[in-house]
Amino acid sequence: MNFADFLPRLGRWALGYLYRLGHGAFFFLDLLKNVPASLRRFYLVVAQIHAIGNYSVVIIAASGLAVGFVLGLQGYYTLSRYGAAESLGLLVALSLVRELGPVVTALLFAGRAGTSLTAEIGLMKAGEQLAAMEMMAIDPRQRVLAPRLLGGIIAMPLLAAMFSAVGIFGGYVVGVLMIGIDPGQFWSQMQAGVDVWDDVGNGIIKSFVFGVTCTFVALLEGFEADATPEGVAQATTRTVVISSLAVLLLDFVLTAVMFSTPR
Amino acid sequence: MTRRGIESLVGLFVLAGFVAIGYLALKAANLAAMTVGETYVVSARFDNIGGLKPRAPVKSAGVTVGRVAAIALDGKTFQGVVTMELEKRFAFPRDTSASILTAGLLGDQYVGLNPGGEDDNLAAGDTIRMTQSAVVLENFIGQLLYNRAAEGGSEAKK
Repeated sequence: MNFADFLPRLGRWALGYLYRLGHGAFFFLDLLKNVPASLRRFYLVVAQIHAIGNYSVVIIAASGLAVGFVLGLQGYYTLSRYGAAESLGLLVALSLVRELGPVVTALLFAGRAGTSLTAEIGLMKAGEQLAAMEMMAIDPRQRVLAPRLLGGIIAMPLLAAMFSAVGIFGGYVVGVLMIGIDPGQFWSQMQAGVDVWDDVGNGIIKSFVFGVTCTFVALLEGFEADATPEGVAQATTRTVVISSLAVLLLDFVLTAVMFSTPR
Repeated sequence: MTRRGIESLVGLFVLAGFVAIGYLALKAANLAAMTVGETYVVSARFDNIGGLKPRAPVKSAGVTVGRVAAIALDGKTFQGVVTMELEKRFAFPRDTSASILTAGLLGDQYVGLNPGGEDDNLAAGDTIRMTQSAVVLENFIGQLLYNRAAEGGSEAKK
């Protein structure tokens, strides 16, 4: 490949990337414009919270419990070296509320709910249901996409809070019931160290941002999928890859903004 | 499933989410034990506040009676002005002294109040006059070394 060939290719790649980015931004604004209309038909949103939220509770709770167990064991191993095993409650609660709760929930959400959204909308497009709606003068963005976006945004912070709560319970089970840390120390260290707004509040803000990101990526990929079986399959894969990467990168940015300046 | 069935399941989901948030706020972060009841504000000036942070506890006899509301620097005297919110049910004499103490050897710093003997009590907006600054470990060690060196020097002269 010579240089004359390389330059236009690079340009085409960059332009294509910019085009996709801009297209996504406009699509997002378009969806936001349709959100008020979906509030008027709130039962559509309720159905989506049911599909996205309720069915994710089991996997979120199971993962939260497992993560809490592991945090309890690993945290105890490290802390006991410094003779600070009583701080286990603080370690478990802070890591869950600030980082693991929002991030792991978002990753699970992308796999559990994001894929189903993409596949559903991709198949609706492949089956020309969306086109049929437009023929009946129903805007599919208003009827199909906006309620799903809203449902995802509502469900994510609730799921993340459940994850953290179950995780703390898991840490309690391992730390206090199995290892035998003093329960009073476990809870009081946690309560002294966790701040309602700085830690819990920022964790909820994080999961809200992740909720917007994951749901939007899933909807965009589904809506833009090629109307073929392969197209839907590729779109579903892209949903998981893009939302996972976006969540991890956004998490770094949000953590830097929220927590980097200790007062 | 009927719409009513779905709605009640979603209601259950949302309720579980809010219970989880409430659990995190109350059980993990202890929102309830923040400041209970009404408070009044007093301030104190310290030459050095050390590592005191806003929302650090204010304790008297080891019992938390309030929180540090704000920390500022007086531009004229270059002293740190610590504003504290004390619970209304605790009244302290006017000649109460405030000192910045450390929980444990390297723990967090808090304000300790030592009640005096006057009959009048501190009112809202009052300033505590007698204060004792935070012990800065570096200064302390520096002083120790300096004293040691001074002793060594005088012994050598003999």
